[in-house]
Order: sequence, then C-alpha cells, then structure tokens
Amino acid sequence: MNVVLITIAVLVVLGLVASVILYFVANKFKVYEDPKIGEVESVLPGANCGGCGFPGCHGLAEALTKADDLSAIGCPVGGAPVMEKVAKILGKEVVASDPKVAVVRCNGSCDNRAHKLEYDGAKSCAIASTHFAGETDCSFGCFGYGDCVEACQFDAISIDEKTGLPVVDEEKCVACGACAKACPKNIIEIRKKGRVVQGTARRVWISCVNKDKGAVAMKACKTSCIGCGKCAKVCKFEAITIENNLAYIDPEKCKACGMCVNECPKKAIHATFTPPAPKPKPAPAPAATEAAKPEEKPAEQTNTSKE
Amino acid sequence: MLKTFKIGGIHPNDNKLSAGSAIQVLPVPQEVTVPVAQHIGAPAKPVVAVGDTVKVGQLLAEAGGFVSANVHSPVSGKVKKIEDFIDGNGYRKTGIIITVEGDEWVETIDRSIGIKREITLAPADIIKKIGEMGLVGMGGATFPTHVKLAVPPGKKCEALIINGVECEPYLTSDHRLMLEKGEEVLIGVKILMTALGVHNAYIGIENNKKDAIEYLTKLAASYPGITVQPLKMRYPQGGEKQLIDACIGRQIPSGKLPIDVGAVVQNVGTAYAVYEAVQKNKPLIERVVCVTGKPLQKPSNFLVRIGTPVQAVIDAAGGVPENCGKVIGGGPMMGRAFTRLDVPVIKGTSGILLMSEEESKRGEMSPCIRCAKCVSVCPMGLEPFLISKVSMKGDWEMAEENHIMDCIECGSCNYTCPSNRPLLDYIRLGKGKVGGILRARAAAKKAAEEAAAAEKK
Amino acid sequence: MSKLTISPSPHVHSSDSVKRNMYGVLLALLPALGFSLWVFGLDSLRVVLISIVSCVLIEFLVQKFIMKVKTTICDGSAAVTGLILAFNLPSNLDWWIIVVGALFAIGVCKMTFGGLGQNIVNPAIAGRVFLLVSFPAQMTTWPMPHAVDGTTGATPLAMMKEGLKSGQSVSEIMAANGMPSYSDMLLGNMGGSLGEMAAIALIVGLVILLCAKIITWHIPVSILATVFVFAGILNLCDPESYASPLFHLLTGGVLFGAIFMATDYVTSPMAPSGMIIYGVGIGILTVLIRTFGAYPEGVSFAILIMNIVTPLINTYCKPKRFGEVAK
Repeated sequence: MNVVLITIAVLVVLGLVASVILYFVANKFKVYEDPKIGEVESVLPGANCGGCGFPGCHGLAEALTKADDLSAIGCPVGGAPVMEKVAKILGKEVVASDPKVAVVRCNGSCDNRAHKLEYDGAKSCAIASTHFAGETDCSFGCFGYGDCVEACQFDAISIDEKTGLPVVDEEKCVACGACAKACPKNIIEIRKKGRVVQGTARRVWISCVNKDKGAVAMKACKTSCIGCGKCAKVCKFEAITIENNLAYIDPEKCKACGMCVNECPKKAIHATFTPPAPKPKPAPAPAATEAAKPEEKPAEQTNTSKE
Repeated sequence: MLKTFKIGGIHPNDNKLSAGSAIQVLPVPQEVTVPVAQHIGAPAKPVVAVGDTVKVGQLLAEAGGFVSANVHSPVSGKVKKIEDFIDGNGYRKTGIIITVEGDEWVETIDRSIGIKREITLAPADIIKKIGEMGLVGMGGATFPTHVKLAVPPGKKCEALIINGVECEPYLTSDHRLMLEKGEEVLIGVKILMTALGVHNAYIGIENNKKDAIEYLTKLAASYPGITVQPLKMRYPQGGEKQLIDACIGRQIPSGKLPIDVGAVVQNVGTAYAVYEAVQKNKPLIERVVCVTGKPLQKPSNFLVRIGTPVQAVIDAAGGVPENCGKVIGGGPMMGRAFTRLDVPVIKGTSGILLMSEEESKRGEMSPCIRCAKCVSVCPMGLEPFLISKVSMKGDWEMAEENHIMDCIECGSCNYTCPSNRPLLDYIRLGKGKVGGILRARAAAKKAAEEAAAAEKK
Repeated sequence: MSKLTISPSPHVHSSDSVKRNMYGVLLALLPALGFSLWVFGLDSLRVVLISIVSCVLIEFLVQKFIMKVKTTICDGSAAVTGLILAFNLPSNLDWWIIVVGALFAIGVCKMTFGGLGQNIVNPAIAGRVFLLVSFPAQMTTWPMPHAVDGTTGATPLAMMKEGLKSGQSVSEIMAANGMPSYSDMLLGNMGGSLGEMAAIALIVGLVILLCAKIITWHIPVSILATVFVFAGILNLCDPESYASPLFHLLTGGVLFGAIFMATDYVTSPMAPSGMIIYGVGIGILTVLIRTFGAYPEGVSFAILIMNIVTPLINTYCKPKRFGEVAK
C-alpha cells in the first residue's frame, strides 16, 4: 500500500515540477503571432510546395495576412476556392486570376533531332548543362533527364519514353512553377490555360526556344523555330513577336484563333485544339509547297544577317 | 628524399604513352578560330575588323577587364569572320576566324635560335610585358599570369613554386618541355623570381619523370636559388594547394590564396612562355599539346598554334581511330570531354586524350556502402559522400557547413568509389549553387553597409 | 568513330567495386572457415551452408516479391552476412534456428531499412543476438573441439564467469581442469562458436583485409588495444578477481569481432578519428560486459551498441581538413 502511495506522490511532484518548468520556458520563448495567420494556414493545402514563391504554406499565410490586397499573391494550388476562404477570414476581397498551366516549349523528340552524342553522367539536367549543350545539334532544347519531374510535387509531369520529352498532365498541374525553375534550359513556361471551348482550354504556343539563326536551327531539329516571321504576319492581334530568331506568342494578347498554327513551315507552333484550315493557296499541291518552304526561309535569314 | 602532400590522394596508373616522343612542330592549318575568351575572367575585346590583314603575333583582342588577357594572332592572313562558333561544350562563344596566308611574323619578335640569358627588365616592366603578351596559366586553369604575379600590398611572396608535377595520367607536354627546353624554363623561372622579388624557387617534379629531374637538377646548379624538388608520385599533387604543401610544407587555410602563405605557383609551361615573352618578345600564340590515348596510333607531343582545330592535331597523330568513344581536352582526371572535333586548341589545352568505347563508359552505379574510401582519398579532408548527398537533395545550407567550397574538383572520390557513384557530379552542382548563394549574400551585405553609410551621412 | 560520349570528369576509375570488397572479406574469412572445418568437421560446413544459402535466398525473395527491385545478391554482401552469422553460432545448432537467425538478420535488420548501405546495425550481429536471447540454451551449448561423441562444454569465458561467481580466484580457475592453455587458445583448441576458434587464422584474415585495402587499421587496432589496456588495468588492480588481458584477447569473439564484425562498412564511422572512438567504445563495453555483466561474452552487444552510436559519431567526428588551423 505504501509503495503505491509513494509512487503516486513522486509522480505528482514530478508532474508539478515539470509543468512549472514548462510554464516558464514557454513564457520565455513565446513569440507573438497574429492568430489569423494560423487560421489562414489551416485553409491552405499544406503541401508546402513553394509554388506561391513563399517558403511553404506558413510563409504564404503570413504574407497574405500582412498584404493590403490579395491581387498580387495567392495559392496557385488551391486556386479560387481556397482564396475565397482566405479572403473571408481576412475580410478582404478576392481578385479572380486566370488559371495557368505549365507548357513545355520543346518538341525535339528523338525523331526530330538526331542524337549525335551520348551523355554518361549523373542523370540531372542541371549537371549536364554545366558540361555540354545537349546530345543533339540544338543547344537550346530539352535534355530529357527529368529535373522537372523531380521538382514536381504533384506528379503532374513525366518524361514520355518515346519522345524523351516531358509531358504535363493538365488535370494535375497547379502551375506552381517548380518545374520551370528547375529547368536549366528555361524551356517550361507557366502560361494561361486559356478560354475553354467545348471542354478544352484553348491555347497556342511556340514549341521551341532555339535562338540560333534560321539555317543553323533548321539543321538542328525538324521542328525548330527559324524566326521566319510568317506567324507574326498572319496574326491579327499583334500577339507574336520575333526576337533573336525566335517567335514568341504573348499569352495576354493571343486570342487562340489558331491562324498561325498552320502557317508555320516548321510546325513549331502547337495548339490544344484543331486549328482552322489555312487559307487556300495558289499552288494546289500542299506537299510540294511544304517541302519548298524550309529552304526558302534560311536563305532569307542569311541575307538579313549579311546586311 | 621524396616529398609529398599530407592528406588523401590516389595512385592512378600514369600511362605516360607519349613520354618518349619529342615535340614536333605541327604545320599551320588553313584556317584558325581564335576564341576571345581563352582564360578565366572577362573575355577580350576584338581590336581587328573583318577583312583586316594580320601578322603572326599581332594583337587581335585586348584584355576586357582587370582579370583578363590579350589575345594575339597565331597566324598571318585575313580576318574572315568575327562571330559565334560552337565551342567544345556545344555552347556558342565569340571567335575570330582567320584564313591563313603565308607565315609572316611581326618584326619585333626575336626569332633567332640562340638562348638569351641576361635579364634586363625591371620587375614592374616584366609584369607589364607578361600582361601585354597575353600569358595565362598553361596548366589548364588559364588564370592570367600578370594578375597572379601582382602581389597585393601588405603581402609578401617568400617562395616561387614551379609546377612540373604533371600528375594527370597520360599527359606529357610539361615533361617534354622540361627535357627539351630546360634551359629556357630555368631562365623563365629566374625572370619570374625577379618579377616577384623572391630568392627561392622550387621546381616540383614527380618521380615518374626521373630524366627531367636529373636534367634540370644538373642545369639548376648554375642558377642559384632554384631547387629541383623530386616528389612522390601521387594525384592530385599538381593542385596548387597540394603542391605548396608538398614543396614547402605550408597549408593554405580555407578560402585563402597561395600568397597568404607566401607562395606563388606557376606551371613550367608558363615559365617557358614567360621566357619567350620577356626575352624574345613573343606573345602566347602556340603551345605544346600532348595527343595521347590507348586507341591512338602514334601518341605524340606537338607544338601547335592556338586556334588549330583539334581534329587536325589528332590527324597528325594517326587520326581518330575506329573504336574511339571519347575525346577529352586535358587529362583523364580533370579534363572535359569534347562534343565535337572542329573546335580550336586554346591556351589551356595541355592535352588531347582519346579513349576507346569501353574505356569511356562509367561502371554501373550501386548504393553507397559507406566504406569511407572517398573520405580517405579526399586531398582537402572533406567528406565527399556527405556533401554529394546533401547537394543531391538540394540542402545547400548543409553543403556549405560541410565546406563544399573547399573542394578542388580533383575527382579522387569518383575515381575510388567502389559503388561507381557520381560523387563529384553532384558536388560540382552544389559548388555552383552554394557559390551563387555566397555571392548573393556578400552583395546583400555590401548593399546594406552602403545603405548604412549613406544614412549616416 | 561512333557517337562521342560526354561525361563529367574524372574519366577514369579504379578497379575497385562493391563485389571486390565483399568477395575480399569472404576470402579473408577462408582461413578461419578451413580451421573450423578441421576442428568441428562437417557439422560446421552444415551450419555455414545453411546460413549463407538462407541469407542469400531471403535477400533474393525480399527484393523480388516485396521491394520489387533488381536483385543484388551477386554483390556478395548477403553471403558475407551469412558467413559471419554462421561463425557466431555453435556447430550443433538446429537448422531451423539458423534460418530464423538469417531471417532476422537479412529480412528485419537489412532489407527493412532499404538494403545494402541503409541498415543501422550489423545484420549478422543482430541475428546472432536475436538468437542468443531467444534460444539461450541452444546458443550456449558448445561442442568441444574434435569431439566425436558429441560431448559439449563451456567456453573459457563461461568457465571464468562461473568460477568467479562461485568464489574461486582467477589463478584457481585458470588451473582448473578443462581450461585451455594460452597456446591452446591461440591454436583454437577450446570450445566456442565456429569463428572464434583460432586466433592465428583470424589474424591471417586481418592481414588479407589490410593488404587488399578493404579496411584500415583504425577499428581493429583500437578495439584490441582498448581491450588489452582496460583489462590490463583491472588485472593489475586485482589479479585474483580479474582475468589477464591476454585471456580477454584470445578467448571469445574479441578478435573475430574486431576484425570482421566491427569493421562492417555500413555501420562503422567514416572519419579516422570517429573510427578510433568507435573502437575504443567497443573495447571498453566488451570488457565491462564480460567482467560486470550477466553474460560471459559481450563483443556482440558492444558492437551493436556502438553501431547505434555511429551516426552521432559521424556528426561530430570530421576528418582533418586541409589547412585547418588547430584550435
């Protein structure tokens, strides 16, 4: 009986001493934090992906609480529903932003670019890029070693075994931008998903980042942009600009009409939908003109460079 | 009595296939590509225009900053293009492409055969001259020589150390140079000693070059102050830090430079170039390149004009063999693999190494067994397995804490790893990232200090 | 010329491989194996074969059906674990006990953590200790050397422990019937498990490991030196209650443990200074357990404890860096 009593007494005393110590320590190291930060954090997804640009969800919650309005920052993962909840907690207004998605701007599959070298090192694009420009003649294109796949927290990007290029799963992609940051070649871009027509989000982009002069780019890859400017001419919205021998479609201006897609002699412009047929050309044999075009373009290019 | 460095090191098979082949002069090619960036630091700025006629030794591009070097024409002829060419890594670099016509030299260059022993210039003039002649470190690091010779105020150079180690397997260009141009090398050393104002110079040579040690020791008898220091064969003895440790027993603390322990290190190739520049007025327009490798027909050493295509050099040694799987610029431990063979030889190309297909593939990787062999061979006393792992995981803070920036990228860890792990690949990646973080931190600190100073005012 | 290969430097590699190291350990264990065959006959071969086969098989099955990865049994690490486990067992052990030990060693202590290179304790020792606490009777019944009639006896360490407990002095125990002489110990003429018999065979193994540069001297030497010095101090204090240092070195598993078990790459520290701390720790714990603990033998427990401390040692013991200024 005595043993039981002593045990209980000792435990009670121990508990008391410990609680007193804890009380003082907790007081000493107390950090004041706006309780709203905790509330906001609880509605965020909690994946700590860093897609918002802040160190984890707690960082974003802090920034959101401090921010005057919510237009500039937000959770790309949770999107509008989460931001609505956040706005409710903070008593601020939600600013709707367009949904975005990661877009791979390289179409240099194994068929389109001949592999002339073989890389035998750690399978990492970041490491490979410090040693050489790529296994093919294109020094701008995708390595295909999968740094973007490693970076993705949402399992939304994978390397297609056939083409050796990354493929984005639109359903899973939250446009956090981790893949774009991981890519040493800056091939991945976060672009607007685009206006939805009949269930597909319509968007158009140049699937190439090659800045070489036309003739060089032409040789390097079957589907490289040679900067010929045909797409820019056909665009009614002035959405396409040519810089450093490379076309770029401004997602803000592009209306996704798809006029440029079939205009491109190198098939470097990609769209998520079937674009309208090109305007009828004088020459009735499309195959012949298709073949003739590529040779025309680089000639023009070299001319301009000589001037 | 053989000396060596104290920590780590490996003993790769030295394979000096071309050690017995005398230096041959390679004919001038029909066209050369002279890159404007052949050195560490800012690229040089071209001072010639397309269509200009240039002579051998004429200035093509002048130094583009404090750490930069002049570039001279290695041939005579017409400037065909000044534009981007694809370099050995596959990236675009600016180059001056010259079509060769004849072989007409600038008049000021002394082309006589005799050896000029007297040193007439004052120290400051020597350094100025070396800068004008576009000299860079010939061992492969290509750091501008005149910058290295300028001892910062408040520091004193006590010993000049000449690197004749050539610890990289296969390479023999320095070895042949010491054997064939020993006298010139020693005069070059003497000039460097005058420029630095030091009385002691040590020429470190590894024990696998007994003939060079013997020959230079004999010659050095008439050059007071120059000691030939035989060293045990061990890689990476040619590393600046290891060589200083081996020769004079001083270790450079982390983040410091050789001059902080009172030493300046120069390669024997640089010493020879210094002789030619100062005594003969000859800019750095050619260098000894060792072409070697097991599959190669005739491993040899050539005196090659800068800008000569690598392909032409290999052709002179018997051509690219059928089973060649890899061509490396430099030695097998630290050299870089070429992506193409039409790239030019530059100031830092000490060797061209060909490997057969079987030799060029890495072995299959398996998990780390924590055998600690990488730790025992690391010449910097680091833990390669650890810094490689944290770099792989992207933990840059941990990488910095474990002194990733001390790594000299010698490759001993990769060489020795029984699991064939790409340790150095990841360490290099980590070094790049941590270096970026350190620079950003330094810049932020400087900006904060400046802001504070401005506020005070 | 085919495609050129691009890879980061270095472009050459030593011929070292995991296989070379593992098969090197097996080779170094051969003298001891041969000796145990001579002493215990085919019984020892039975134990060794069952142990190796079950270790390799278990690793294969786990990798094939549970982890679903490419099998790595050819690298020799499972065979090394099997052989070391066998050397820790008495030669008359039932086959199913050996299989249970292998299952614990490979299945629980190695593969659960992710296979080669990931385990935190030496699988063979963990297997042995598991068997020791689960089947104490079977694990401590030692057949006597060259015994044809199946007589069993105690190990010198057990005799020492029992003797001291019953109030005898060390010299009385050493003179008692059945206690082997030092030369017997050196030549393995005593009771014990397969691997802890002949000191000479084990030292030959050590020489092989050192010459092939599979291990460095730090761990074995620091363990043996610590056992010798610590036991020596105790012995000097009171020679009648503490056995001589030589007795400690030559009996039981000190030599085998120091040479083959403590030097396991995966579970020992990486820096030379760490290796020495680890070795000293094992040495002190061994003598402490032998002298003051309940078990007559303590090498396995000592190594197991130090295995667990290894990550901590790795955190604090760093190799000497180049140019580091001594504080």
